[in-house]
Amino acid sequence: MQSFSYSKAQSVDQAAAAGGRFIGGGTTLVDLMKQGVETPKMLVDITGLPLSSVETQPDGGLLIGAMVRNSDLAHHETIKAQYAVLSQALLSGASPQLRNMATTGGNLLQRTRCPYFRDTSYSNCNKRNPGSGCAAIGGHNRMMAILGTSADCIATHPSDMAVAMTALEATVHVEGAKGKRAITIADFYKLPGTAPNVENALEPGELIAHVTLPAPRKGSKQVYLKLRDRASYEFALTSAAVVAETSGGHIRFVRVALGGVGTRPWRAHEAETVLMGKPATAAHFRAAAEAALKDAKPQSENGFKVELAKRCIVRALTTATA
Amino acid sequence: MASTTSSPNGTSPNGTSPHGIIGRPVSRIDGPLKTTGAAQYAADFHLTGTVHAVPVQATVGNGTIRSLDVSAARSMPGVLDVLHHGNIERIYRAVPNDPSATVSETRPPFEDNRIYYWGQYVALVVAETLEQATAAAAAVQVEYSAETPSVNGELEPFAGKWHTVSSRGKVDDAFAAAAVQVDQTYVTPVETHNPIELHSTVASWVGDSVTFYESTQGVVNHRNAMAQILGVPRENVTVVTRFLGSGFGGKLFPWSHCALAAVASRRLQRPVKLVVTRTMMFSNVGHRPLTEQRFRIAASADGKLVALRQDALNHTSMVDDFDEGCGEATPYLYSVPNLTVTSALVQRNVGSPAPMRGPGAVPGLFAMESAMDELAVALKMDPVELRLKNDATIDESNGQKFSSRHLRECLETGSAKFGWSRRTPGVGSMRRDGKVLGWGMAAASWGAYRFGCSTTVELGADGKARARCATQDVGTGLYTIFAQVLSEKTGLPFERIEVLLGDTTMPEGPLSGGSWSTATVLPAVAGAADNAIASLLQIAASTPGTPLNGVDAKTLRLTEGRIHRSTDAPAQGVPFESVLAAARLNGVSGDSTSGSAFEDPKTKALSMHSFGAQFVEVEWEPEIARLRVSRVVTVIDAGRIINPRAGANQIKGAVVMGVGMALLEETVYDPRNGQPINGNLADYLMATSPDCPEIDVTFLDYPDYALNSYGARGIGEIGLAGVAPAIASAVYHATGVRVRKLPVRIEDLLQSEIREA
Repeated sequence: MQSFSYSKAQSVDQAAAAGGRFIGGGTTLVDLMKQGVETPKMLVDITGLPLSSVETQPDGGLLIGAMVRNSDLAHHETIKAQYAVLSQALLSGASPQLRNMATTGGNLLQRTRCPYFRDTSYSNCNKRNPGSGCAAIGGHNRMMAILGTSADCIATHPSDMAVAMTALEATVHVEGAKGKRAITIADFYKLPGTAPNVENALEPGELIAHVTLPAPRKGSKQVYLKLRDRASYEFALTSAAVVAETSGGHIRFVRVALGGVGTRPWRAHEAETVLMGKPATAAHFRAAAEAALKDAKPQSENGFKVELAKRCIVRALTTATA
Repeated sequence: MASTTSSPNGTSPNGTSPHGIIGRPVSRIDGPLKTTGAAQYAADFHLTGTVHAVPVQATVGNGTIRSLDVSAARSMPGVLDVLHHGNIERIYRAVPNDPSATVSETRPPFEDNRIYYWGQYVALVVAETLEQATAAAAAVQVEYSAETPSVNGELEPFAGKWHTVSSRGKVDDAFAAAAVQVDQTYVTPVETHNPIELHSTVASWVGDSVTFYESTQGVVNHRNAMAQILGVPRENVTVVTRFLGSGFGGKLFPWSHCALAAVASRRLQRPVKLVVTRTMMFSNVGHRPLTEQRFRIAASADGKLVALRQDALNHTSMVDDFDEGCGEATPYLYSVPNLTVTSALVQRNVGSPAPMRGPGAVPGLFAMESAMDELAVALKMDPVELRLKNDATIDESNGQKFSSRHLRECLETGSAKFGWSRRTPGVGSMRRDGKVLGWGMAAASWGAYRFGCSTTVELGADGKARARCATQDVGTGLYTIFAQVLSEKTGLPFERIEVLLGDTTMPEGPLSGGSWSTATVLPAVAGAADNAIASLLQIAASTPGTPLNGVDAKTLRLTEGRIHRSTDAPAQGVPFESVLAAARLNGVSGDSTSGSAFEDPKTKALSMHSFGAQFVEVEWEPEIARLRVSRVVTVIDAGRIINPRAGANQIKGAVVMGVGMALLEETVYDPRNGQPINGNLADYLMATSPDCPEIDVTFLDYPDYALNSYGARGIGEIGLAGVAPAIASAVYHATGVRVRKLPVRIEDLLQSEIREA
């Protein structure tokens, strides 16, 4: 039996110094421990830390504690009013029971649903056993990524919340032995490359304390659109988070991020470049979608994601600029 | 989910239902036990001294065990025993083709070192706690000589022997000469039964007898099979299934884990609990097999069928011949002079398939009703009209009369309730609120059966009526059916009625499958109640010191729980329990045994089936390839409905299952090792609450008195029949994409040439 120690941290410093795996809502970690994928020797419960508030900052931005539950965040008045894309993304994910447990920090660190990662009978998984190979390549790959993949990993990043935060250009604030650091969400997530086991910029022992969102852009509209086989409780085949501002029929500001298609929450800079300053028309939306997917590398079963992602982008842009 | 239910032809059977309890929409009597958590399912039995068993599964899909090292596992904390092919004591095979003792897998567990499918049990670890057993199971070291398994999802080309299921006329000549022809192949995928209650066995040996607390759809069959497998007399085996968290056919017959738990308990002389995990459910306890069916269907230019040929393949395991029976409904559903149905099996490295709700007919009707829709398109004919034009008046496969067939009224009623006359036939021609609408329909059918059943009814001095029967309520409302009959016969309210099921020490009742439970138990419980009442009235007529002593028993009645003269009101009579008390009796009982319809001269000469019609609306957003089922109208001709509330609940559940079959469900095997790679409830998609359409259920409620005196048939499977082809036809109507391989996926819908609503 895999035994482990458990302690409850009383302060951020104490948690960071403990040297164990942090556990918040446990919706990912406990699952993976049952599967034998995660085998921590020490669990440090951080749900008691004073990181559960949502506060407006002096610069008009928002500070979200790492322990804020997904349900609470989704239904927070400021989030609903000013960061609607985030509320929509949160509510499209998982189930009410899971959202009641899952935390902001934990959601950012959610691990892939790749079935070969989650089943330890496959020794060849570069995320679990660096250098062992990738069982997903050549296996059942309908749900796998088409952007940001490498010869060593094609696993999809599963989070909806992180996609919305990517479009909102959030910053992740971490604390650890070396003090406090702020990491843009773009820098936080790593491409798999030749080291798929390194998924983010956290150093050993570092703890996510907060996420900050910049002040909401006045006059912008926000949309999160998630496409999947069934109506609820399924990871995205593709999703799009859009923040857009138009005036005089032209696009003055736009941020596009994609879920379900990338090995990390996928910022579609190419789409934004196509759109900036252009009339908000179907032709430009389609051109933006083409640009976003131009580097897509589908596997044997997920070629449809390329077209589906394009349509998702077009619909989200259409709604956000209507 | 909005829904409605109606029964336009409701009549009281035999005109004898004093307070109308038969046919009344009543709540299930076991509801409070379930909603409060008091109902005990198999895994809820915690016997003193219970130990836990966890199987070890093969990680290859084809090969042999080269070495199996249990030394590490054996020495781990709490471990009591590790069983495998090298040390298992003799377990016997069940007698082949013995209908009283059917098993799911011919090969007993651990019979040899061969691996036939991924996940096959190779060892069993027993430990004091579940956690210890789980940890030790992971420490068993197995090495294999592995070969690539055959899990190919395509069954053609097939070079083996075909078996003729039904044949009349000259189908190939008629097809070739016909004005309009459709020749297409339809595929239904592997579907996994996913009852929320996991398969569970608690086996407890005491001396030379064993008791099973089981999740089974057939306690009697389970007892008989276990007696054969364990090599003990039937009377030494008891099987208890008080409640079942459903089974959908997957729990009809015993699986390997049941025998393993019993053998472990016999060795250790302690109760052993074995709960199959959800992942194991995808490999070790059955599935609906892959089917591939070629349909050739032809008609005259005015839409009269002239030829119908079905050649159906289904996969099976390497060691069991499981025939899905896709030709179940084909020979009798329509009038067609030239017809041939053939079938054959293709072996794959998968666990044994098992019956799944509507086996044979449900995948068979997906193919046939899809082909009928394609024929209607080719004929430029309305699909309802095509079915009406080819309605059968007799069963043309054998010349028999139907006991009761109202398919025409199902189609007409459904058409009217759905508003079918407003349908425009052009692909993508109907729109609403920025979405394209697709309307599709299909006919449905399922057999009507009655098997043998024995029941005891007791009228107690405590003022209660009790029924006992060794059948089981799989969650659909059988307890309540018994209670309704007892209430009808005695006039007692449900509060004074007890129904005891799911225990082989009681009189033998039926397996819960094939939609036959209600039709099977009704005659037995009614007969037993009549016999108990007759004895009671004799006692009332002959017990000194009681008011009716000396009265001719023939003139006495039991009404509202009171014994009275037939010429008096019940209030003038006496409570039956007071008569029993005066007679110093604890109670009086009656037994009854009713027979099988297969041995009944009245029913043997009749073709007995239920019928139905499914009408479906889908909403299609072409811009984002999003398709949802928005509305289903289902009309069911299943005889007299004893409890329309529980009945409608079953039909609605079946329709939702049909949504899953049409759009979501598919077990996917990794071709490299044969593992069901989406073996969990997140990755294997079933319909969720937001996927449920608005469902309108109508029971025609025509009694079928050939089957039993209540006129009841059964409703467990008919609600699923026809749903998937109706959805696929609606998908075609909305998108122009004809999907012949389920499930309909976004990949298919992206092919639509309709790009905006």
